[in-house]
Amino acid sequence: MSIKLLLEKAHVEGIRYFDVYRREGGYRSVEKALKEMGPEAIVEEVKKSGLRGRGGAGFPAGMKWSFIAKPEGVPRHLVCNADESEPGTFKDRYLMEFIPHLLIEGLIVSSFALGSNDTYIYIRGEYAWIVDILEQAISEAKNNGFLGNNILGTGFNCNIHVQRGAGAYICGEETALIESLEGKRGNPRIKPPFPAVQGVWMRPTVVNNVETLAAVVPIINMGGEEYAKIGVGRSTGTKLISACGNINKPGVYEIDMTISVEEFIYSDEYCGGIANGKKLKACIPGGSSVPILPANLLLKTAKGETRYMNYESLSDGGFATGSMMGSGGFIVLDEDQCVVRHTLSLARFYRHESCGQCSPCREGTGWMEKILKNIEYGKGKLSDIDLLWDIQRKIEGNTICPLGDAAAWPVAAAIRHFRDEFEWHVLHPEEAQQRNYGLAHYADPIHVPATA
Amino acid sequence: MVKFSEEQLAEFNRLVSRYPEGKQKSALLPVLHLAQDSFGGWLSAETMDYVAEMLQISSIEVYEVATFYSMYNLKPVGKYMFEVCQTGPCMLRGSDDIIAYIGEKLGIKPGETTSDGMFTLKTVECLGACGYAPMMQLGKHYREHLTREKVDAIIEECRSKAANMN
Ligand SMILES: Cc1cc2nc3c(=O)[nH]c(=O)nc-3n(C[C@H](O)[C@H](O)[C@H](O)COP(=O)(O)O)c2cc1C
Ligand code: SF4
Ligand code: FES
Repeated sequence: MSIKLLLEKAHVEGIRYFDVYRREGGYRSVEKALKEMGPEAIVEEVKKSGLRGRGGAGFPAGMKWSFIAKPEGVPRHLVCNADESEPGTFKDRYLMEFIPHLLIEGLIVSSFALGSNDTYIYIRGEYAWIVDILEQAISEAKNNGFLGNNILGTGFNCNIHVQRGAGAYICGEETALIESLEGKRGNPRIKPPFPAVQGVWMRPTVVNNVETLAAVVPIINMGGEEYAKIGVGRSTGTKLISACGNINKPGVYEIDMTISVEEFIYSDEYCGGIANGKKLKACIPGGSSVPILPANLLLKTAKGETRYMNYESLSDGGFATGSMMGSGGFIVLDEDQCVVRHTLSLARFYRHESCGQCSPCREGTGWMEKILKNIEYGKGKLSDIDLLWDIQRKIEGNTICPLGDAAAWPVAAAIRHFRDEFEWHVLHPEEAQQRNYGLAHYADPIHVPATA
Repeated sequence: MVKFSEEQLAEFNRLVSRYPEGKQKSALLPVLHLAQDSFGGWLSAETMDYVAEMLQISSIEVYEVATFYSMYNLKPVGKYMFEVCQTGPCMLRGSDDIIAYIGEKLGIKPGETTSDGMFTLKTVECLGACGYAPMMQLGKHYREHLTREKVDAIIEECRSKAANMN
C-alpha cells in the first residue's frame, strides 16, 4: 500500500463537513502554524519539504513564496489556481469535491505565511457545483473561528473568496488568471513584472495550484524534513494522478513517486490494465501538453531502464525520448487508437483556446489543425508532415505565454515517435478511412546499444 | 427591461463586496453568470449594458469579456443545453459516437437548437471529467459515463421536467 497524505480520509463518511473533518484531525496545521510557528518558519518548512508546484511546471513552492515582495502598506494576495482545464487532468476537482476542507485548511496556513488577508480561489466556471461545496466549507470554517477576524485569537484576519471563471483554458496560466480575476479577458501578461511583485490589482501575488496548497497541510503536520523523505530525489511527497483513456479503472490516484509506470498502468491498485484486454500503444503521462510516448519508451527509458512515475524519470531522455510529469493527467491509448486523430483533437483544442495575442500561436495553432485534418481525412501530402514540424518549431519559444509551447509539443512528439503512422495516412488515404494503423511496432522492445 | 430582483440584487452585492474598494470590475465574470441565469440563459446587448451600468464600467468592457469566455451565450439557447466534451481523452472513450447519436435523436447539428426551443447541442472542450467519459454538462451538473441508453433517459427526463413546469 502506498502512502496517502491528501486522500487518506477522502472517503470517510461526511468528511465534506467541518465536524467530521475536524474529528479526523483536520485544522491541526492551522493551530500549529498560527500559534507555534509564524510566517517565516512556515515558508522554511515548505522549502525543506521540497514540494514542487503541482499545476504543471513543478517550480519549488517554498522558493516561489520567498520571492513575494513586501512593500510597506500594500496588501498581498494568495490566489489558488483551480482552473484545471488541461485535458486529462481532473485531480483538483476530486480533491475539492471529496475533501474540500483540506484545501481550505492549506489556504489558511499559506495565507498566513504569505500575509494574505483576502485569498481567492479561481475555479473554472464549469465546476459550478463545486463552488457551493467550497463556499459551504468556507462558511463552516468561519463559524468555527478558523477564518474571519482574529483567527484562533492570534490577530490574523483572513477571508477566502471563490471566483468562478467562465470557460477559457488560458485562464489557468497565472497572469491570464490574474487578468480574469480583475474582470478582464484572459490575456496573459508580459513578464516581468512577475506576479510576486505586481499581480492582482498590481499587488504582490502568489498563484499556486489546488494540490500544492493542500499539500501544505501534511507538510506542517509532519514537518518538511519528514515530508521530503517520501518519494525519491527531487520528487518529494505524494502526487495526485488523474488517469483516463483506455484503462480499466480511470480515476484519481495518490501515489508516492517511487512506483514504476508499468505498475501504475497494470496493477489493480491503480489503472488495472488496458481495457477490453487490449494492448498499450501510447500514453501522454502529464496532461495533453506534454509529449506523447509510444509504449516501449513509456515503460522503459532509452537506456532500457525502468521508467518511474516521478518528475525526473518521466523526463529522462529529454524531449527526444522522454516526456514530463506535467499536471499528472495520465492519458492512455490502446492499440486501436489513431495517433493522428488524437493529435488532431488536441490541435483543435489549442486553436480554440489560444487567446490570440501572439501571431505564432494564433495563426500556427489554426494551421496545425487544418493540416492535421487534411492528413486524417486522406487529403494530406508527405510534405505536410515536414510543414507541421516546421510550424510547431516556429511557435515554440516565440510567444508571450507557454500555451504556444503547449500547443507545439504534442504535435512535435507525435511526429517524432509516430512519423510512420502519419506517412501511412498520406500514402494509404482510403485504407486510413477504413481502419487504424494499429499497434505497429510501438510496443517492441527498445534496442539498447551496448556501451563501450 | 432587464432588472435584478431583490434576491438577485443581494447576490450582486455579495459578489461585489468580495473585492477591494474601487475594484468592482473584478466581479464582472460572476455577475455575468448571474445575469445570464437571471435573464433567459443568454446575454443580450440590453443585459450587458445593464451589467455595465450596475458595475459602473463602460459597455465595451462587458462586451470584451462576454465574447472571450465560452460559457456566455451571445444568442438564445434551448431550455436544456447538452454540452458534450469532444477533446482527446473523451474521444478515446467514444464521445464522437455520443455526439452523433444526440444529433440524430434531436435532429440537430452541434451548435443548433431544436425548433421547439427545448434542446441545444453544443460541443465543448475538456471539462475535467476525462476519467468519467463520455460526458456532458447539463445546467450546473455533469452527466458522466454516457451511453446511448443514458442519453435517451436524459432527454426523457428533460421533456418531463419541462412538461411539469407548464
Ligand atoms: C496555458 C496554461 C494553462 C495552465 N493551466 C493551469 C491550471 O489549470 N491549473 C494550475 O494550477 N496551473 C495551470 N498552469 C500553470 C500556472 O501558470 C502556474 O504555473 C501554476 O498555477 C502555479 O502553481 P504551482 O506552482 O502550485 O503549480 C497553466 C499554465 C499555462 C501556460
Ligand atoms: S502564446 Fe497563445 S495563449 Fe499565450 S499569450 Fe500568446 S496567443 Fe495568447
Ligand atoms: S477530455 Fe472530456 S472531460 Fe476531459
